[in-house]
Amino acid sequence: MKIVTLIKHVRDTETRVKVFHDGTKLEFIGENWVLNPYDEFAVEEGLRIKEKFGGEVVALTVGNDESSKSLRQAMAMGADRAILLNDPIFKEDDALIISKIIANALKKENFDLILCGKLGVGDDNQAVGSMVAAHLNIPVATVVTSLEINGEKVLAKREVEGGLEVVELTLPCLITCQKGLNEPRYPSLKGIMAAKKKEIKIFSSKDLEIDEKNLSTNLKFLGYLEPPPRPKGKIIQGEPKEAVKELVKLLREEAKVL
Amino acid sequence: MKFLTFFEVRENQIKKASFETASKALEIAEKLNSSVFGLFVGENQSDLAKSSFRCGIKKSFVLDCGFSTYTNSVFAKVISDFAKENSFDAIFFPATSMGKDLAPLVSGFFDAPYISDVTSIDVENSEITFIKPIFSGKAMKKVSANGNRFVVSLRQNVFPFTEKEGETEVETISTKVDEGIKSSKVVGYEKGSSELLDVAEADIIISGGRGMKGPENFPMLMEIAKMLGGAMGASRAAVDSGWVAHSHQVGQTGKVVSPSLYIACGISGAIQHLAGMSSSKVIVAINKDKDAPIFNVATYGIVGDLFEIVPILKEEIKTLKEQG
Repeated sequence: MKIVTLIKHVRDTETRVKVFHDGTKLEFIGENWVLNPYDEFAVEEGLRIKEKFGGEVVALTVGNDESSKSLRQAMAMGADRAILLNDPIFKEDDALIISKIIANALKKENFDLILCGKLGVGDDNQAVGSMVAAHLNIPVATVVTSLEINGEKVLAKREVEGGLEVVELTLPCLITCQKGLNEPRYPSLKGIMAAKKKEIKIFSSKDLEIDEKNLSTNLKFLGYLEPPPRPKGKIIQGEPKEAVKELVKLLREEAKVL
Repeated sequence: MKFLTFFEVRENQIKKASFETASKALEIAEKLNSSVFGLFVGENQSDLAKSSFRCGIKKSFVLDCGFSTYTNSVFAKVISDFAKENSFDAIFFPATSMGKDLAPLVSGFFDAPYISDVTSIDVENSEITFIKPIFSGKAMKKVSANGNRFVVSLRQNVFPFTEKEGETEVETISTKVDEGIKSSKVVGYEKGSSELLDVAEADIIISGGRGMKGPENFPMLMEIAKMLGGAMGASRAAVDSGWVAHSHQVGQTGKVVSPSLYIACGISGAIQHLAGMSSSKVIVAINKDKDAPIFNVATYGIVGDLFEIVPILKEEIKTLKEQG
C-alpha cells in the first residue's frame, strides 16, 4: 500500500502567544517547534497499516527548511521517505491554497491512502485534509478515531455529537485523524539515526507546474487581536456549606445561569 | 448579494446551532441590503424546512438529492453546484461536527476561501469581517474575503437566536448527483455510553480534572450534569489517566466549548485546558490550591476540598430543582 501522511511543522501547545500592540503580528514566548500532534496519529496509523499490508509511508509537507525537522521526526518514527514542497510563492496563509499545492503534488503519485491530522495546531482551520480530498475527488472521513481496512473497503468511525458515526469509504481515500485513533510511538535512537539518511525530495513551484493564479489567496488579513478579556472574578469565602449556598445564589441572581 | 445558510438535520430535527448561524447570516445580510436563503440537503426535509421562519428565514431551498443519510462529498458537490448555478456569493455553516465536515469540502468544490469556527462577524465598509480564534484561542485573527465570496462556519453557542414567528416559503429541488463524485457514506451510528449531552452542545458543563483522584468520583459529576441538563467534561489529565472517555475532554487537544456555565472541579487550569473553555460565559472553579491558574479566569471560585464541596453542591442543586 502506498501511504502518504500530510504533516505540519508547528509550535507546540505550551507556547505562549501575545498580540503585538498594533495587532500586526504575534509574539511567541517559549516556542518549541514540533511535528503537529494530530499528524503524529496519522504517521502512526500509516506505519501500522504498512506493517500489516506492506508498502511505503511517505511524509509530505508544505514548508521551508525548518519544516524538514518534522519530516525527519516522521521518518524517525518509521516513514520511508519525505517530500518537502518549498517555494516562496507557497507562503500564503490560506488552507485552500495550501490544499491546492498538496493536491497538485499528489497527482503525480498514485497513493492508496492519505492520512493527516484533523487540524494543524495554531491555525486550527480543520480544513486542508478535506479540501485535498475535494481537489483529488477521493472520499474523505474526518475526525476519525478508529480505522479498519479490508481490501479496497475502509471502515472508519468518526467523532460526532453524542457518539460515533460509522462510515464506509473505498480506496483511494483520505482520513483525518483524531486523538484516540492510536498511541504514536516514540522514535527509537536507531530510528532517529536512520532518518538522517532517508530521502527528502524537494519540489518548488516549477516542479509542480502549478498556475500562479491558483496560488493567490482571496483572504485579506486584517489583524490579530487579544482574546476577549475576562472580568475579574471573586473567591467565595466561608465554610463549604455557606460557600456553596452563596455560589448557587450568585449563579442564579447575579450571573443568571442557573 | 445572496447567501445560503445551511440547516443541519439529525434524527429528524434541526440542530439549534443552525438557527444561531442563520440569525447571524440574516443580520449581516441586512447590513449589506442582501438576502439569505435557508439550505437543506437530503431526502424528505421539506416539512422541516418550513420551520426556518423560527430564526427569520423567509425562503429555504431543499436540495433533494436522493440520499437520506449524510454523504459528505455528494452533499458538498450538490451545494457547490447549486450555489454556482444560482450565483450565490457565500455559504454559512454552523460549526457542528457535520458543518465542520461539510464546509471545507464545499470550499474546495466552490473554490472560495473557508473561514472556520468564527466567533465574531461584522460589516466594515461593505466588507464582511470575521474574527476567529487561533492557537486554541490564545489569540484571535481578523480576516475578510475578496468580493465577500466565502464559506464560513460559526462556533456554536456564541451567536444568539431569538424565536420569531412567520412563514417560510420552501422550494424543493430534485437535484441530480454527479455520478463521478466519490464520497464516504454513513452506514451506522454508535451512541455514546452517556445519556448526557455532548460537551460541544451543552450550555452547562461540569468538568473534573486530576483533583478528582479516580474514575469512581466522576459519576457524582455526571449526576449534577444530568440534573442541570448539561454535559460532563474532563481535563486531559483525567482522560490520559483513563478515568473518563476522550469524548469528554475539553481543551486544546480535546473539544473547545463555550457554554453559559462551566464548573471546573479539581482542574488546575493549564493553558491547554483554558484554551478549550475560556470563552465560557461564567466559570466556576473548585480547587484546594488557591494559586491554581484556573482562579485567574474564574468568575467565582471556591478554594477548598472538592470532595466536601461537590456533594454539597449536588444537594443544593437537587433542592433547587425540586423547588422548581
